[in-house]
Amino acid sequence: MALKYDDVVEKYEPTLGLEVHVELNTNTKMFCGCSTEFGAEPNTQTCPVCLGLPGSLPVVNEVAIESAIKIGLALNCSIAPFSRFARKNYFYPDMPKDYQISQYDEPICVNGFLDVEIDTDEGVKTFRVEIERVHMEEDTGKSLHVGGATGRIHGAEYSLLDYNRAGIPLMEIVTKMVPGTGKYAPQVARAYVTELRDILRSLGVSDVKMEQGSLRCDANVSLSPMGSGILGTRSETKNVNSLRSVERAIHGEMIRQANLLQNGERIIQETRHFLEESGETRPGRSKETAEDYRYFQEPDLVPVAPDASWIEEIRSTLPERPSVRRKRLQAEWAVPDKEMTAMINAELLDTVEATVKLGADPTKARTWWLGEISRVANEKEVEATSLMNPDQVAEIILLVASGELTDKLARQVVEGVINGEGTPREVIEKRGLKVVSDDSALMAAIEGAIASQPETADRVRGGNIPAAGALIGAVMKATGGQADAARVRELLLKHLGQE
Amino acid sequence: MAAISRDEVAHLARLARIEMSSDELDHLASELDQILHAVDRVQEAAKDNVPPTSHPLPLKNVTRPDVVIPSLSPEDALSGAPASDEQRFKVPQILGDAE
Amino acid sequence: MSFIFKSAAEMSAALSSKEVSAVDLAQQHFDRIEKVDGDVHAFLHLDKEGALAQAKTIDAKRAAGEKLSPLAGVPLALKDVMAQRGIPTTCGSKMLENWRPPYDSTVVTRLKDAGIVILGKTNMDEFAMGSSTENSAYGPTHNPWDLSRIPGGSGGGSSAALAAFEAPLAIGTDTGGSIRQPAAVTGTVGVKPTYGAVSRYGLVAFSSSLDQAGPCARTVLDTALLHEVIAGHDAKDSSSINAPAPAVVAAAKKLDVKGMKIGVIKELGGDGFQKGVSERFNEALDELVKAGAEIVEVSCPNFEYALAAYYLIAPSEASSNLARFDSMRYGLRVGDDGTHGAEEVMSLTRQAGFGKEVKRRIILGTYALSSGYYEAYYGSAQKVRTLIMRDYEAAFAKADVLVSPTAPTTAFKIGEKADDPVAMYLNDIATIPVNMAGIGGMSLPCGLASEDNLPVGFQIMTPAMKDDLMYQVGGTLEAALNSKWGSSLMSQAPALGAK
Ligand SMILES: [Mg+2]
Ligand SMILES: [Zn+2]
Repeated sequence: MALKYDDVVEKYEPTLGLEVHVELNTNTKMFCGCSTEFGAEPNTQTCPVCLGLPGSLPVVNEVAIESAIKIGLALNCSIAPFSRFARKNYFYPDMPKDYQISQYDEPICVNGFLDVEIDTDEGVKTFRVEIERVHMEEDTGKSLHVGGATGRIHGAEYSLLDYNRAGIPLMEIVTKMVPGTGKYAPQVARAYVTELRDILRSLGVSDVKMEQGSLRCDANVSLSPMGSGILGTRSETKNVNSLRSVERAIHGEMIRQANLLQNGERIIQETRHFLEESGETRPGRSKETAEDYRYFQEPDLVPVAPDASWIEEIRSTLPERPSVRRKRLQAEWAVPDKEMTAMINAELLDTVEATVKLGADPTKARTWWLGEISRVANEKEVEATSLMNPDQVAEIILLVASGELTDKLARQVVEGVINGEGTPREVIEKRGLKVVSDDSALMAAIEGAIASQPETADRVRGGNIPAAGALIGAVMKATGGQADAARVRELLLKHLGQE
Repeated sequence: MAAISRDEVAHLARLARIEMSSDELDHLASELDQILHAVDRVQEAAKDNVPPTSHPLPLKNVTRPDVVIPSLSPEDALSGAPASDEQRFKVPQILGDAE
Repeated sequence: MSFIFKSAAEMSAALSSKEVSAVDLAQQHFDRIEKVDGDVHAFLHLDKEGALAQAKTIDAKRAAGEKLSPLAGVPLALKDVMAQRGIPTTCGSKMLENWRPPYDSTVVTRLKDAGIVILGKTNMDEFAMGSSTENSAYGPTHNPWDLSRIPGGSGGGSSAALAAFEAPLAIGTDTGGSIRQPAAVTGTVGVKPTYGAVSRYGLVAFSSSLDQAGPCARTVLDTALLHEVIAGHDAKDSSSINAPAPAVVAAAKKLDVKGMKIGVIKELGGDGFQKGVSERFNEALDELVKAGAEIVEVSCPNFEYALAAYYLIAPSEASSNLARFDSMRYGLRVGDDGTHGAEEVMSLTRQAGFGKEVKRRIILGTYALSSGYYEAYYGSAQKVRTLIMRDYEAAFAKADVLVSPTAPTTAFKIGEKADDPVAMYLNDIATIPVNMAGIGGMSLPCGLASEDNLPVGFQIMTPAMKDDLMYQVGGTLEAALNSKWGSSLMSQAPALGAK
């Protein structure tokens, strides 16, 4: 009988380890002045340095160092007063020098942590993920495998290499072993990567797009028999390129390993690849020779020794931590938990905040973005933020607040803006959506309504105030909904002597 | 006693990605053995209290501003390529996985 | 009138006074090369077209009255380890037989900017590994003093070109003596500046923490003139010294050593040094005493470990630096017949493309860096490096400059030591400590050895950043010896191309 996840977590205790590689969004590469712009024609962003031509030499990008320090500080790390680059030697065609310039035993940031919150059976619980190190390195080029059936590496006839990506600054963020997550291991892993992504985004140091590869995660997991305290052999799953995949990969690996252990088999320490379709992992090709990277200090570079005042200067510019900010906004806006979660999951928190900053009421801003605009976005399968911007939404909300628009009219304005009819003002103009606030125009409509429903009017004159509803409705209809209903009621009652 | 065996040399040749004939391995093993006996002396001098020096200059914090400078033209970039196609370097099929 | 036997300074004067044009001067050198290089084999590649075009430009500028730098129009031979755009740059290796760099090294840029006329590329031990230029994939260079002998190495081509009057100036590179030892055995002058004084950008790396490019010529003054052209800060090289280069031309012209303390390093002499070498060295010391210097004896006890440490550090760095020659992006490719994968093609190419000495050092370096051996070998060698620096520090506390014979012997026969790597390595025993400490060193001729009538080199070592001192002492000694001999040593060189 194969073990199911519930059985697995009853018998085994998982230990997690996560390695995240983040491409920085600097203008230039780590060690040369080539542009890092995504999507350029192949081999147009290369030079002697990032092609590893004989004689070329690296020079460190100062903004990359600054970004590394920002990341380290945001992750509660110590910033090393002295750090160095090393060479990691191994041959691979997409790596121009056949060594990667990386940091080894002297990384720039060490010993940090990140707290993540998980919804557990006993309510929200905080898990602390300890960070071992953050270090700087360079990315590799990209290979395109040609021939064979799948365009994948196996069965290809030859490969084509583009070195535009070679040398883009990478930060590697490595956790210590994370014990004690139990059955929540997959969620903790996901929450960690999510929180890390949010922090990196708030720092402005990376585009953090998993689908473009600017944030990549390797997920390690091992199992030990419950209560044994014996650390199991770990596997390392690569290729995990969405938040959901992080969770699925850990989940799948735990089941796979538990079933092997259950059958008395050994876990091999190996690299595995995540398969998006099945949620399972497959083994990587085992290497012919044991890995021996022969690290040594990069003799072409000099040490990085940031002085304390520079570090403090950077610290003073750090933005509010995303988790703190979320709590603050929730309190300021008085948003229920569920709504807050919905906003975060829809990735609309920044947008709503921007809308509120422009003077809009928080509840209204949230309702528009998560309601009507998200609904249309879902239909069209696009991002809500591609349909409207916070300026437009705030403007509409403010027009409603000042009585220039009704909620119903506002809906039409939103529709017009989404349809590309122009700014809210232009849509109002073109569609003639101004609230009718001219009393004489309203009086004409009121008199028309009284004339068509004389008995109703008599009943109102006789003191039956609720009967006025039918007359107000007729006025609203006659004005195409552009009248302020409260004003109509006021004028009508006065006209019928019922003040 | 030999400082290095023929098998070790074969392992090193694989790490260094150099194909070597059996004769070459034999020859190199004996030469390396001599050389290693000669260089072994560094261990006599390398006391615990001596810090290592990796670089002759005491420089630190040498960086460049994050400003784009023109890249090579793709023609120049590919000018030395043994083979190319679609503005990319063309290489034989890659068997192993990337790191 | 022929100018080829003149010094660069004299050629410069003749160009200024328009006694000769740059085109004529370049042509005279190409004629000389035509006549003698069949015997000497100093050059791997001649760039007649580029050289004559540059000479023509200089002549036009001079005719137009433009202010030119002192060496404008003077020819130069470039060691084939320096990248020059569009010109074959082979490093003496089959691996780069057809490689034409798409960029200029910084040294080449400065030569071109100074109006120097680059005649062509000179022969060298493959990737600068050797002391005899026998390790070139393109055949050995012959010593102009005796064609059956080696011209030193690795820069034997550059020094032989000077000694054969094929060029008045040359560029060399010195990792363990590759400028100074060839200068010594060919009766010419060669300087290894302080590490970081001349940019390494575009110098195909052998051992990054030891490599340094420098000037070679037939006189101390010419060497100084070239030194001032190539030295200075370069932002493309992280280890470039960001300070003004010392005024070496003025120092070379001082001709004054009164009151200077000259330290003779006890360990670099005596046993193992050829008798004729020691004799000439001691006579040169006498000349310095006559000129007013004081001789002191100093001891550098850790120099006995220098050679061993060097033969661990240099191969280790080389094993990594030479990894990029994998046939993927440039250079030789072997075995790409559709039956071999990229990994095999790399291995087959590296088997076919590298010569014996290069393979030997790559394997040695791979070993010294590999896990389990790093501490014993690479780590210990780095400690020795510290000890050597301390020895120099102590010695320079007692003396302004230090001196020794440059090489233990005069030029040996081609083939004599080819099968004994350990014996071959001993050639560099007096030059290596300089590279290990990153200080400056000069070799200049001090006569012919009595046994074989071959040139002997005198080495002057100066503290880091004080390269001017070696020019001051070297210039003074050269003048004293020339007046003692009645002419320069080079004027006694045998005629070539008689047949
Ligand atoms: Mg890494
Ligand atoms: Zn680049």
